[in-house]
Amino acid sequence: MLTSLQKRLLNDYQQAFPLSSRPFRDIAEQLGVAEHDVLTALRELSDRQMISRIGPVIAPNLIGSSSLVAMAIPDDDLERVAGLVSRYAEINHNYERENRFNLWFVAVGDNDEHLQSVITDIERQTGYPAMRLPMLADYFINLGFDLNLP
Amino acid sequence: MDSLDFQLIASVQQGLPLVEQPYALIAVHLGTSETSVIERLARLKAHGLIKRWGVVVKHRELGYRANAMIVIDVPDEQVAEAGARLSRQPCVNLCYRRPRQGEIWPYNLYCMIHGTNRDIVLQQWAELRQRCGLEAYGFDVLFSKRCFKQRGALYGRRNNGLSSRQTAEALVEHDQQEV
Repeated sequence: MLTSLQKRLLNDYQQAFPLSSRPFRDIAEQLGVAEHDVLTALRELSDRQMISRIGPVIAPNLIGSSSLVAMAIPDDDLERVAGLVSRYAEINHNYERENRFNLWFVAVGDNDEHLQSVITDIERQTGYPAMRLPMLADYFINLGFDLNLP
Repeated sequence: MDSLDFQLIASVQQGLPLVEQPYALIAVHLGTSETSVIERLARLKAHGLIKRWGVVVKHRELGYRANAMIVIDVPDEQVAEAGARLSRQPCVNLCYRRPRQGEIWPYNLYCMIHGTNRDIVLQQWAELRQRCGLEAYGFDVLFSKRCFKQRGALYGRRNNGLSSRQTAEALVEHDQQEV
């Protein structure tokens, strides 16, 4: 179970996290608890794998070049192809999704040329075409994940 | 951005240390001052490179296990407005325009919805379609099944000769999928 302090930390500090010398003390003052309580609660959330970090979410494509990629793979060949794709250091995520296009991953390169060469190599190694779906516009203003905690 | 900015992003990628003066600790590792770390992070945030600075939750561990990518075929002249409307809905995480691929894949607008189960996600999507005026357009809902790889090899090789630039790239992609 989550304590009420933990719920507030999860809900209220996804974007307004203090950039100050003693951020946890500032939060503690806002919530009417001790700095030590805030640190303990956050350590427990971290240990329980409920937060990945307190840190940055970076705007996409400002550094390097990346693309979402989709492939349509026969079910009985999916594991082999997924394994091949996952071995590339340039692939950061690799998911099965419920669709004829059932393999979805994100490819990242230092620049466009590098990115293209990785995708072409994946097509050659797996024997299936890859659909390139680069981001053209980002409409989302990241305000954090809207939690509805019980 | 200068090289200290890249180093700073690399050093905060796994999160602030949970100590009383976390920015001072980062400053020691980078050979700079606490004030410089705080000012640089504030500047990167003000310039938009850091989209947000705060607690990054793991929605799966908090019970949000149904993850749907929804793809929609919106007329090109209306896609920006539809994207802006969708982005304002609280249940939407991520909203991108991507190129159509002819008849084989006619979709140009993508958004992500995370829910505690499939029925809730589908219900949220039904409401979204109505509220955002998307009922006339074709769409598909792609729930995720198996995860073959969640984090890039780059991400975990931070201390293994990897440049801070590459680390920053890995971080970008990590967030695109997970937030």
